[in-house]
Amino acid sequence: MRKKLVVIGAGMASGRVLEHLLAAHPDGYDITLFGAEPRGNYNRILLSPVLAGEKRYEDIVTHDAAWYADHGIDCRFGEAVRGIDRARRVVVSAKGETPYDKLVIATGSAPFVIPVPGRDLPGVLTYRDLDDTNAMIDAAKRPGAKAVVIGGGLLGLEAAAGLNSRGMDVTVLHLMPHLMERQLDATAGALLEADLERRGIAVHCRANTHEIVGETQVEGVRLDDGTFYPADLVVMAVGIRPEIRLAQAAGLATGRGIVVDDAMQTEDPAILAVGECVEHRGLTYGLVAPLYDMAGVAAKTLAGEAAAYVPAALSTKLKVTGVDLFSAGDFATGEGREDIIFRDPTAGIYKRLVLEGECLIGAVMYGETSDGTWFFDLIENATPITAQRDRLIFGPAFAGGGALDPMAAVAALPAKPWRCSGLPPAQPIAHSSHAQRMH
Amino acid sequence: MAASAGVTRTTCPYCGVGCGVLARAGQPVKGDPEHPANLGRLCSKGSALSETVGLEGRLLHPEARGQRITWDDAIARVARAFSEAAAEHGPDSTALYVSGQLLTEDYYIANKLMKGYIGTANIDTNSRLCMASSVAGHKRAFGSDTVPGTYEDLEQADMVVLVGSNLAWCHPVLYQRLAAAKAKRGIRVVTVDPRRTATADLADYELRLAPGSDAWLFNGLLAAIEAAGALDPDYAAHLDGAEEALAAARDATLARVATETGLALQTLTRFYTDWIATERVVTVYSQGINQSASGTDKVSSILNTHLVTGRIGRVGSGPFSVTGQPNAMGGREVGGLANMLACHLEIENPAHRSAVQGFWASPTISTQPGLKAIDLFRACADGRIKALWIMSTNPAVSLPEADAVRAAIEAVPFVAVSDIIARTDTTALADVVLPASGWGEKSGTVTNSDRTISRQRAFLPTPGEARPDWKIICDVGRAMGWEDAFAHESPAAVFREYAALSGVAGALGRDFDISALAEIDDTAYDRLAPVRWPVSATKQGGRFFADGRFYTPSGRAQLRPVAPRAPEVRPSAETPLILNTGRVRDHWHTLTRTARSARLSRHIGEPFAEVHPDDAARYGIGVADLVCVSNPLGEVVVRALLTERTPKGSVFVPMHWTDQFASKARVDTLVPGLVDPYSGQPESKAATVAIARFGAAWHGFAAVRGELAPPGTAYWARAKAGAGWQAELADTEAPADWEAFARTLFAAPEAQAITVHDSARQSVRVALIADGQVAGVLFAAPEPVEIARAHVVAGLAEGASAAALLAGRPGADRPDPGATVCACFDVGANTVLAAIEDGAESVEAIGKVLRAGTNCGSCRPELRALLERARPRLAAE
Repeated sequence: MRKKLVVIGAGMASGRVLEHLLAAHPDGYDITLFGAEPRGNYNRILLSPVLAGEKRYEDIVTHDAAWYADHGIDCRFGEAVRGIDRARRVVVSAKGETPYDKLVIATGSAPFVIPVPGRDLPGVLTYRDLDDTNAMIDAAKRPGAKAVVIGGGLLGLEAAAGLNSRGMDVTVLHLMPHLMERQLDATAGALLEADLERRGIAVHCRANTHEIVGETQVEGVRLDDGTFYPADLVVMAVGIRPEIRLAQAAGLATGRGIVVDDAMQTEDPAILAVGECVEHRGLTYGLVAPLYDMAGVAAKTLAGEAAAYVPAALSTKLKVTGVDLFSAGDFATGEGREDIIFRDPTAGIYKRLVLEGECLIGAVMYGETSDGTWFFDLIENATPITAQRDRLIFGPAFAGGGALDPMAAVAALPAKPWRCSGLPPAQPIAHSSHAQRMH
Repeated sequence: MAASAGVTRTTCPYCGVGCGVLARAGQPVKGDPEHPANLGRLCSKGSALSETVGLEGRLLHPEARGQRITWDDAIARVARAFSEAAAEHGPDSTALYVSGQLLTEDYYIANKLMKGYIGTANIDTNSRLCMASSVAGHKRAFGSDTVPGTYEDLEQADMVVLVGSNLAWCHPVLYQRLAAAKAKRGIRVVTVDPRRTATADLADYELRLAPGSDAWLFNGLLAAIEAAGALDPDYAAHLDGAEEALAAARDATLARVATETGLALQTLTRFYTDWIATERVVTVYSQGINQSASGTDKVSSILNTHLVTGRIGRVGSGPFSVTGQPNAMGGREVGGLANMLACHLEIENPAHRSAVQGFWASPTISTQPGLKAIDLFRACADGRIKALWIMSTNPAVSLPEADAVRAAIEAVPFVAVSDIIARTDTTALADVVLPASGWGEKSGTVTNSDRTISRQRAFLPTPGEARPDWKIICDVGRAMGWEDAFAHESPAAVFREYAALSGVAGALGRDFDISALAEIDDTAYDRLAPVRWPVSATKQGGRFFADGRFYTPSGRAQLRPVAPRAPEVRPSAETPLILNTGRVRDHWHTLTRTARSARLSRHIGEPFAEVHPDDAARYGIGVADLVCVSNPLGEVVVRALLTERTPKGSVFVPMHWTDQFASKARVDTLVPGLVDPYSGQPESKAATVAIARFGAAWHGFAAVRGELAPPGTAYWARAKAGAGWQAELADTEAPADWEAFARTLFAAPEAQAITVHDSARQSVRVALIADGQVAGVLFAAPEPVEIARAHVVAGLAEGASAAALLAGRPGADRPDPGATVCACFDVGANTVLAAIEDGAESVEAIGKVLRAGTNCGSCRPELRALLERARPRLAAE
């Protein structure tokens, strides 16, 4: 008899776990999948193109009903999970109990809502799922409508750009001194801000939201300094909070997320957790690449194979058409860190590479990012780059290549225009100490 | 004579080989296949001649202290200054310092003005720096300044000894002729030089003797000749002083010579045995012999060996002095040296003097030798010279103690300078500058190292108000009141007078006689084909002295006993190294011409010092460090080139760089004004110096489209490159703002900057953008910046992107061509090495694949060297 696997959460992380597991062990488990959204699995990171009108929902679906049916997965979409009874190894939901041998918690995260007055007013949204996206699209249909996006991070800016492209008058309010401070340094942030302003998106940094104003419907946002931005729509995109309530209720160890080991196992050997809801070695994650890595590890663990999740460098691209931005790895300044900076203010190009020891550990690029993947590989593989440091920032087109003529490379002289080492051909008859045999 | 429509036959203005070229305005020149000196060949410098005749930097109008003046005014000022000085302080208070760049006609008129009219022999020439010791040696032995042989002798010899001569770089076409003949006939070639130069490529063996020990080597040879019973008993009848010379040489035992020269006994034996056993032997010598305080004796030590064996003036044998300048020989013939009259007539000989004065019908004739170059400038310094006229030469750079010379020129009350270039280190010191017409614009004759007289013909319009030198001098002569004596209307008229005077000399029994040309009409002069003198009723060209008839009073050659003398200055604790000086392949003299060509500047783009690796280690000098070479006379700052080519204990610094092209690289500031007692030629290759690493806080490289003014950094060297200039830079303190520094350097205050900073490495790269394209790029770092210079320069010219330029090297898909080896086709060392790896196993094969070495051939020794370099690696694979 096959073992029972229950998965809570039908997002990108759990979708990947199932794909890996079914590919390697198609008959390993009877699988039950709970999902809070009343639909299958879609690629959440492509919601921004949907908002911008560049893609439709159908384009971003990764696993539809047919896929689950083909793989014999019992889908329980829209059915809320109420609890986990670890002692009896059952998941409790509206429709009863579902027993498990192994349980994967992939509950993801919830948008963080700043605790200001008016946060519950109609017209105040977060940006997490398709419903949020559709609500924003609807709001943008009103002619002359104004939007305020609170949060100048990745998600907030994608929302702002999407709304702007749909004709809304958009203002971004950002608490920090520059946009996308987790991905960009101040220079790149300033370039981005200028670019967005050029596209008609107003940006206000160091903006501390005091309240959201409105009677029955949102009317605007007031800052601590009294500035008031009228708004028909307010989108909060100030971060996420791992969704850990089920795990907490089940008595599993949690910090900011559900604590897992390298094998993605919680302290309960029967329960694994993956995705935005987990905390691994003290860190939580919100980008897709580490979630996919975790999914691979979790699938192996479920298959009884040894696997370990190793945090890798992260790279970011802002999915805003016309904004060319790339960030990878760690670009904070610090002891032992050195950087190489390329600046072309006229063309709006900025690149910064952060080095530590022999390796590249971070890269920020703005305006010209075609070498991003290459830099990212160097970071991920910890490739020693000292030998090509002088030309590293110019990308793979200038990497490698032949050796330079050693002397001509450091002076306007030929190195060895004629022989002076090795065996001289003309039987050098030098000084007495090197007497030569007579012919 | 026109070679074909629109093409002019003329003669190359560089070295003493005197190659014929075919020139046409706006076109690259070609070698003249009909000229006997080169038979169509040209070297890298000659091939690039058309790139050096542009008007950039030309002096186009007479000026007085920077103000434009009329010709009438300029001529009047010169004439007045010379007349007044002669009247108030005597004729000897006036002087001319002229040049081997002048044509024979120019030289003749200058000589006539000074010696026959103003009445002083104070006319000397930069040939004094070049081959005065050969002249003195020739005169002492032969009674005349006669080169006995011809170029063909080098091809017809069975052994050629190259003494103190980097023939491959300094007389490239002669080297090529020798190389071709050696390939055909297997001529044994031996080089005698402390330094291994490109010429050693051709050597069967090298004698890398101790600096300055040449006379020991040749005295040893003389002794060995005697010991081997190889004296020519028949020819002995034509010699005086052979016994004394042999006696003096008996000191030079093998053991002693080995000690003095540092050469192994076996080596000496081999050389002496080969030399003695080879009837057809030519000993070619050049600056390594001449530029010495005992240069005349060194010449004698060579001449003695040929005289006692009778190996002179015969096919394939003889001593052979090769001269550095295109018309050094013409200058000698015409009396351009302070101790000569025209046509090889002697200033000390009353009969000669009166013959010349009679011919000229001149008011006076100088009766004693004038001041030779070094003494002349000393006389300037101590106030004896009141009026000085410098023509076509740059003594503020090229003379020993160049800083003192600069001060000496400044001390003269009136200085006129004729030149084609507006800004030289010497024109900067002039009261009046006179625009001379340059090569390609003027017309006249030159004589090369084997006595061949060739025409230089005009094929370009004379720019601005420039005038030919003979005309300027005639103008001054007439303005000084000698209307008839300087009424010449054309160079042909000057030549006719000169040829007629040579007939007078011939009648007095002198060697130089071209009287058969005295009646030449203008058309025939225009068409004059190259002709080797003498050209008289009795003798046409050919060789001298096989018949044993010499121009001495006795009619016999005068052998001189030679007591070898070491260089005057010995290394000491303060200045432990010997300073050797010389030329590089693609540059000429003080760069006023060759530096106008980006192609010629590619081979070597900055001044350098060759330092032996052991000395470098000893004095803490690393690869490509800047090095300060100094002695109490001065200092230069140049790039260290660590190489075993230069022997331990010596450094070699090229002579070319001036204040126009480098911050501090005038190597002649370090050379003491010590001269040979007979020839007055300075000892340019045996100063002593100390070397020390120049502590730079940063090094830089800059390339710019368009002009680049001399940067103000502690070290800089600039060179034409691509569509503009390049510069090597260094300074003791880094600028606070690199972008601002670049904007100043490139004179582009408004340009947009694109930068790359690697702060930890203190590496900075700046590209300035003006009008949508990169105007210039600057690279700076604490160490010499490691970038592919040729790539950056080419990219700048081709409009490459700022990023591609700032990367400083070709992309991964394009190999770095490396340092330029072949200037004609711009082929780099790496490209050559790649072709070798792909199977090109000979110089010819490389030429087929890359064209390298197939035009001028000057780089062929370097190609062979690259083959040698690649070979062990290929064999190991």
